[in-house]
Amino acid sequence: MNLLTIKNLYANAGEKEILKGLNLEINKGEIHVIMGPNGAGKSTLANIILDNPQYNVIKGNIEFDGENINKLKTDERAKKGIFMSFQTPEEVPGISVTNFLKTAQSSRTGEPVKIFKFKKELEENMKKLDMNPSYSTRDLNVGFSGGEKKKNEILQMLTLNPKLAILDETDSGLDVDAIRTVSKGINMYKNDDNAVLIITHSTKILNDLKVDKVHILVDGKIVKTGDANLAEQIEEEGYAKYI
Amino acid sequence: MKADLTKYENNKIKNIYNIKNHENYSYKTIGLTEDVIKDISKKKNESSWVLELRLMALKKFYELQMPTWGPDLSELDMSQIATYVKPKTNMQRTWDDVPDEIKSTFDALGIPEAEKTSLAGVGAQYDSEIVYHSIKDELVKQGVIYTDFDEAVKKYPDLVKQYFMKCVPVTDHKFVALHYAVWSGGSFVYVPKGVNVDIPLQSYFRLNAPGAGQFEHTLIIVDEGASLQFIEGCSAPKYNEINLHAGCVELFVKENAFLRYSTIENWSKNMMNLNTKRVIVSENGKIEWVTGSFGSKISMLYPMSVLNGKNAKCEFTGISFAGRGQNLDTGLKIVHNAQNTSSVVDSKSISKDGGVCTFRSNVLIKPKAKHSKLTVDCESLMLDSESRSDTIPTNTIETDDVQYSHEAKIGKISDEAIFYLMSRGISEAEAKAMIVRGFANPISKALPLEYAVEMNNLINIELEGSIG
Repeated sequence: MNLLTIKNLYANAGEKEILKGLNLEINKGEIHVIMGPNGAGKSTLANIILDNPQYNVIKGNIEFDGENINKLKTDERAKKGIFMSFQTPEEVPGISVTNFLKTAQSSRTGEPVKIFKFKKELEENMKKLDMNPSYSTRDLNVGFSGGEKKKNEILQMLTLNPKLAILDETDSGLDVDAIRTVSKGINMYKNDDNAVLIITHSTKILNDLKVDKVHILVDGKIVKTGDANLAEQIEEEGYAKYI
Repeated sequence: MKADLTKYENNKIKNIYNIKNHENYSYKTIGLTEDVIKDISKKKNESSWVLELRLMALKKFYELQMPTWGPDLSELDMSQIATYVKPKTNMQRTWDDVPDEIKSTFDALGIPEAEKTSLAGVGAQYDSEIVYHSIKDELVKQGVIYTDFDEAVKKYPDLVKQYFMKCVPVTDHKFVALHYAVWSGGSFVYVPKGVNVDIPLQSYFRLNAPGAGQFEHTLIIVDEGASLQFIEGCSAPKYNEINLHAGCVELFVKENAFLRYSTIENWSKNMMNLNTKRVIVSENGKIEWVTGSFGSKISMLYPMSVLNGKNAKCEFTGISFAGRGQNLDTGLKIVHNAQNTSSVVDSKSISKDGGVCTFRSNVLIKPKAKHSKLTVDCESLMLDSESRSDTIPTNTIETDDVQYSHEAKIGKISDEAIFYLMSRGISEAEAKAMIVRGFANPISKALPLEYAVEMNNLINIELEGSIG
């Protein structure tokens, strides 16, 4: 079942043209990986799928779950089930992780959160992600280490249970153990009805995952698509032959 | 359920601006002349010393200059301001005796309800006079006095004379002189040595008459080793003409005593709020100011703390929120006048739709205030590029032996943070409100729960309509 279809997408970051005719198709149940040199447009792609106002679509279509979402705002796309784990998650003082997640979940579902169930699940998920429970009462990302911020993103993914999770360099800057924890989180989340799009520079995060497709993104276009072996090959040889 | 409650609370707060009671006064004076002052004094049945004081203050008012800095006050025409508006009732001891129309206003503001659940005493002023005052019997038995100011002058003249005008002198500035010329109403509190008043007292000031001024005087003495939490609330309906608030608050915190003075100021946006507040803190005493300024067209308000005894402490936690057409010029003054005195200032301001917030901090550390500590932290959040926020610190440090830090941050609401919250399914309006509430959170935490809720609702209302 098709979940995300991007057709001939051109997009700018500010005035600068970044995506130049990108095509991508992701089905339910799949894990996709996007690799590519710095500045190729990987983060732009992630941000444009969620309509970050700092980026804009010039032409092309984004379809999600059978519907064109070009005109939808960020929160509406999130409510349809798109999620992004941020490369540098924002620090928001004065809002606790728990309150933030409660607000997000009730916005996403349109129903009030069942407090007891919510709390129990949150505690369990935090335990599985090796997070100190005290983080749930701390201000959102404020003073979190790089690793804790990334785990907090995965925690949000597990709580909100989206249809498509885009992980924008979630593994960058993480130690081996933390990367393993993130992979574990992805495996906890993953099922036949949802999909994951991982943007990464390294194959470490992929070790424990069953990757379906690897795409090489160069200069705003996907220039090569392959299976998990393609990631290994990039790890060894670099992007030279695709540039 | 929760959404309904919020809606209800929001409506309640909107009512604050919408409830207008007509022709509720039995007597009213307009303008500011000797005759007007004599008239007020006669109507209030005052002793001659009070009238003399008023006339002296009036003279000072005409001698003193308008402030040469801060917001433009040229719209204020004292000859047009109703300086004394006596409501159609005397001071009552039970709500049942307060006339229905006035009572319904205070009901809508939630005052009688709060009295039942979370307060140890309540004063309610309507225009120029206190219409209701009560205090729990246990406190009376312990010698605590909480009464309206007129009664205090009559019943405890010696106590009043000992402290009245000793903290804020009539010569301080033009609007203090004005205050002393026409003051009426306000609360008087005396907490005897060693008595702890655990549950707060609250005085609420409601200005109903259009074009009127409110000039209440609050005098609080917390004697040695005693403690008190006092809450001051104020609001008014919205009119097209200028209303004026020039109250005065004099506080005395004696040796080893503690006072927390909290204010949620919610004047309507035709109000000029030119209020004066000051505390004198003795050895080992502590003052905590918690203030939220939301309303008014123009505010000039700089609570001053004089740390007069060794180890005296001051904590100031304040927030102001200026929307369209509002110019909130607020801040504080602190004088460190003894050894080991310390003060901590945490101030926040939010401006939107062209609103202007100015924060002035003026700290003086005197030569004898060795080993004093001062921490000032101010942060401003602008919700758009047409709004303004300024921080103007003035520090005069006259001794070397001082620990001092000052931090000021001014910034626009972060588009990235809004996007981050929206990416989780939260609407743009709610995302902005969350960020603003989060910004204000340190202040909410310092407030009693009901007031924290009120403040969050005020923020929600301020943000309504401004976000499309």
